[in-house]
Amino acid sequence: MDWIRICPLDAILPGGGACALIGARQVALFRPYADERVFALDNVDPFAHVSVLSRGLIVEHQGELWVASPLKKQRFRLSDGQCLEDPDYSVLSLPVEVREGMVYLPVQKD
Amino acid sequence: MTATRLLVVGNGMVGQRFLEELVDKAWPGEYDITVIGAEPRPAYDRVHLSSYFAHHTDEDLALAKPDFFTRHGIHLHLGEAVKRIDRARHQVETNLGAVIGYDKLVLATGSFPWVPPIAGSAHPACFVYRTIDDLKAIEARARGAKSGVVVGGGLLGLEAAGALKALGLETHVIEYAPVLMAEQLDRMGGEMLRRKIDALGVQVHTGKDTREIVTHGQGHKLRFADGGVLDVDLIVFSTGIRPQDTLARYGELPVAERGGIVIDDHCLTADPDIYAIGECAAWRGQFFGLVAPGYKMAQVAADHLMGCDNAFTGADMSAKLKLLGVSVGSIGDAHGRTPGAQSYVYQDDHGGVYKKLVVSADGRELLGAVLVGDVDDYGELLQMKRNALPMPAHPDTLILPAYAGARPASGVSALPGSAVICSCFDVSKDRIAAAVAGGCRSVEEIKAATGAGTGCGGCVPLIAQVLNAELSRQGIEVSNHLCQHFAHSRQALFHLIKVNQVKTFDEAIRRFGQGYGCEVCKPAVASILASAWNDYALRPDLAVLQETNDAFLGNLQKDGSYSVIPRMAGGEVTPEGLMALAQVARDFQLYTKVTGAQRIGLFGARKGDLPRIWARLIDAGFESGQAYAKSLRMVKTCVGSTWCRYGVQDSVGFGVELEHRYKGLRTPHKMKFGISGCTRECAEAQGKDVGIIATDAGWNLYVGGNGGMKPRHAELLAADLDRDTLLRYLDRFVMLYAQSADKLQRTAAWVESLDGGIDYLRTTIVDDALGLGAQLEADLAMLRAAYQCEWQRTLADPAHPSRFADFINSPAADPGLQYVPVRGQLRPAALEERRTIAIHRVED
Ligand code: SRM
Ligand SMILES: Cc1cc2nc3c(=O)[nH]c(=O)nc-3n(C[C@H](O)[C@H](O)[C@H](O)COP(=O)(O)OP(=O)(O)OC[C@H]3O[C@@H](n4cnc5c(N)ncnc54)[C@H](O)[C@@H]3O)c2cc1C
Ligand code: SF4
Ligand code: FES
Repeated sequence: MDWIRICPLDAILPGGGACALIGARQVALFRPYADERVFALDNVDPFAHVSVLSRGLIVEHQGELWVASPLKKQRFRLSDGQCLEDPDYSVLSLPVEVREGMVYLPVQKD
Repeated sequence: MTATRLLVVGNGMVGQRFLEELVDKAWPGEYDITVIGAEPRPAYDRVHLSSYFAHHTDEDLALAKPDFFTRHGIHLHLGEAVKRIDRARHQVETNLGAVIGYDKLVLATGSFPWVPPIAGSAHPACFVYRTIDDLKAIEARARGAKSGVVVGGGLLGLEAAGALKALGLETHVIEYAPVLMAEQLDRMGGEMLRRKIDALGVQVHTGKDTREIVTHGQGHKLRFADGGVLDVDLIVFSTGIRPQDTLARYGELPVAERGGIVIDDHCLTADPDIYAIGECAAWRGQFFGLVAPGYKMAQVAADHLMGCDNAFTGADMSAKLKLLGVSVGSIGDAHGRTPGAQSYVYQDDHGGVYKKLVVSADGRELLGAVLVGDVDDYGELLQMKRNALPMPAHPDTLILPAYAGARPASGVSALPGSAVICSCFDVSKDRIAAAVAGGCRSVEEIKAATGAGTGCGGCVPLIAQVLNAELSRQGIEVSNHLCQHFAHSRQALFHLIKVNQVKTFDEAIRRFGQGYGCEVCKPAVASILASAWNDYALRPDLAVLQETNDAFLGNLQKDGSYSVIPRMAGGEVTPEGLMALAQVARDFQLYTKVTGAQRIGLFGARKGDLPRIWARLIDAGFESGQAYAKSLRMVKTCVGSTWCRYGVQDSVGFGVELEHRYKGLRTPHKMKFGISGCTRECAEAQGKDVGIIATDAGWNLYVGGNGGMKPRHAELLAADLDRDTLLRYLDRFVMLYAQSADKLQRTAAWVESLDGGIDYLRTTIVDDALGLGAQLEADLAMLRAAYQCEWQRTLADPAHPSRFADFINSPAADPGLQYVPVRGQLRPAALEERRTIAIHRVED
């Protein structure tokens, strides 16, 4: 797998998210703690078909971390994109790597 | 195993419910399902049909998710009707000539509107009110029309009348019986309803027998048996429904005397392979024109098909409705037809309320009730009747208004566990209790877990009662706990944070909570920290706690863009200010609108553009209007003594002063003020959290008003105040609210929650009985000193552009934001209007 460099890890606030553009695709990055753990999900809220998930709050339920959509608060699991309210509306999750303080996402292949 | 071929005829409300029940319970592949529906669209919510006039889209009424049929492999034939059933061959024939075989057949063909045989009733200006297509046709005809009549004053007729009225027609209702809604209401209840409907400008004619409709050059003339006539342009018949049982009649299945396919307790017809459910079915000779019994039948039939035990045991025709804005409820034996029945009546002509209870001869059992104008007691009375609960010693206390004396404590705790709370989805009190035990903590969660409350919605107040009763019964404190992460009320947490000088969320959760935090406690703690210290909301550690609105200092719109609403204190704006706004709106192509709060909103701003937009506005002298924040929104003013002939004080000047005094202060929920220059109250101050009305001697101060979901009039806290006293009281009020209200609790709900309500506030604020006054004033002064325009502060921060940029790794603008023109401006493109943006798959 080829990786593309996105941004310095520090550009994402601990506890916050950010949106990366790869080709035409928008990917939400989340950094729940002040460390190197980063998660990536498709940025599109599947309920509203709007690209906003990176702007949601990172929240904890059932012992796991989720992002709550900023639009109507449905929650998506950071680890795999599964939707808590309705699994039919889950989103894609992507692998992420952090190397030497930089965040990497997989490159798209056409 | 080969799949059972299941054929469902009719894709209406009940047919759809049946499918949902079945796919939920069956193994994948157990059934090969075909659905044939005569209407051109899949099932929709007929109960809320009239709302079609408001939004005009099929999707809003749709009952199934768009991919429901494909996902479950259901073959759906729309716009096709079954013509004939060949029971011997186990097949049906459709009007398109298709022949389809079945192992099991479900008839869910509903009913059809019955039109009396009146000469002229077949004219194209005559309509019925049943389907979306009916409504489309009515609307098209109404465009050239001035007046319309609904023949039939039953509940559907009144609903149709409401629709005609909303279409702008002069509206008449003709009823054959002497009263409206003769099925559900007694004579006096019908009279009360009639008066209320008359008052709305709908002309009601009762006791009229329509004989003939004559079409003349300009319109149509209804002729009545008593010789009277009525000229109208459009006619809607709502004279009853009949079960759609033709298929059974031709298929030689027994039908009931008054129509409807005869079914047994399992919803089976005389043919063991054919079920009938919904309005087309007759159980013990009766058919049911409501959706709840149909839903129950859907469940019974699905269960029986799969070999599970369940039975239809009848349903009463109790109903609660809102017709033309008038609430009406009818329960059980509303007419008191049970031998020996006695009744209690309460009538308030002034308030337009009529209530009647029908009780058994021995006074022990509730048989029925009629409620007009006030249906708050509907849920409780219905439960009382259904569960044959014991009546209080004086049954009349059940319908007397609360102020008439002590109400016997009854409520949901008296209900047996088997009591059905939601009849649409057949959810019992026990199931709600189980859901609460399983972790549901709000009505929303109960809806999601059980389906209760997601049909007609009539049971929602009762669900809330059961929820609260269960929470306290199961020893779960009626959650004033913030959430699972903080076992404290907001008020307690506020004090802990203040007293311990806590300045960050991390410290707060470490010391007073547990875990990581969630969408409830993060913003709530951010709000508490702000009310305690008024620090910059976008300090990095605070920014990640904020909802997106606060995080980007604008309100998120449905398409992912934001709104920009600068402060316009008191609603004042200079021509230069207007020009500056206009230029910004034009340059950034923002949709512009006067908001409901006396200021101008610019909508559709890209996140990445927000800093540049605000830089321009701040240059022009504007500051953040905090339309995104839980804080003071605005002070609505009227022109007052400056301009108005009647004004006795300078309401604008004082309003502007107040807005600047309290702006920026974060509170548990938003606050709105209003200030009127005289008692005519043009600023609607009494509908605001704080309302101030000028008097000859000074100002009257009202608090705890609300518009929005549950309007409430503000209550008078103190009268004839001078400026300084008023400010002192107001400082105390605002600060007390900030410190002690619950999360997201507006002042109205807060005042109501206080023991002693407004009197408590008066003692605390005006009399200063608790000696809190000085401290509250000092707290407020400290916060006021810390005020800064959040946008100004943000622009001064060198890191701001990257915070707002659409993407962290690219300067590009989000291509997802797309707009189309509307009335000279731009609005977000709907999904189907958006251009597709090529998406490539990311391979892993
Ligand atoms: C823009 C505006 C409608 C308009 O086109 O005029 C509006 C828009 C929204 N209102 Fe409002 N309300 C607007 C005036 C009102 C008014 C009228 C008024 O202020 O006099 C009311 C009734 C008065 C009241 O609040 O008592 C009002 C009662 C609500 C409520 C119900 C509050 C309640 O206590 O019941 C909500 C929901 C909430 O806050 O939880 C709400 C929530 C909202 C939200 C924030 C919904 C949301 O989460 O997206 C809307 C987005 C605001 C935005 O995009 O900027 N809006 N909203 C008005 C902005 C006023 C402003 O300049 O700041
Ligand atoms: C304006 C309005 C307001 C209402 N308000 C309320 C309310 O407040 N509360 C309440 O409880 N009820 C209300 N109702 C009644 C409620 O809508 C019905 O009880 C419910 O729709 C019945 O569902 P059903 O599936 O039995 O029939 P329907 O929803 O009528 O569905 C039957 C379907 O079968 C189709 N069909 C018929 N024959 C054939 C055939 N031979 N082949 C193929 N398809 C066929 C029909 O075209 C139709 O689409 C209201 C109804 C209306 C019209
Ligand atoms: S009433 Fe308020 S919240 Fe509802 S749509 Fe209008 S602006 Fe939005
Ligand atoms: S009774 Fe209709 S939704 Fe519950």
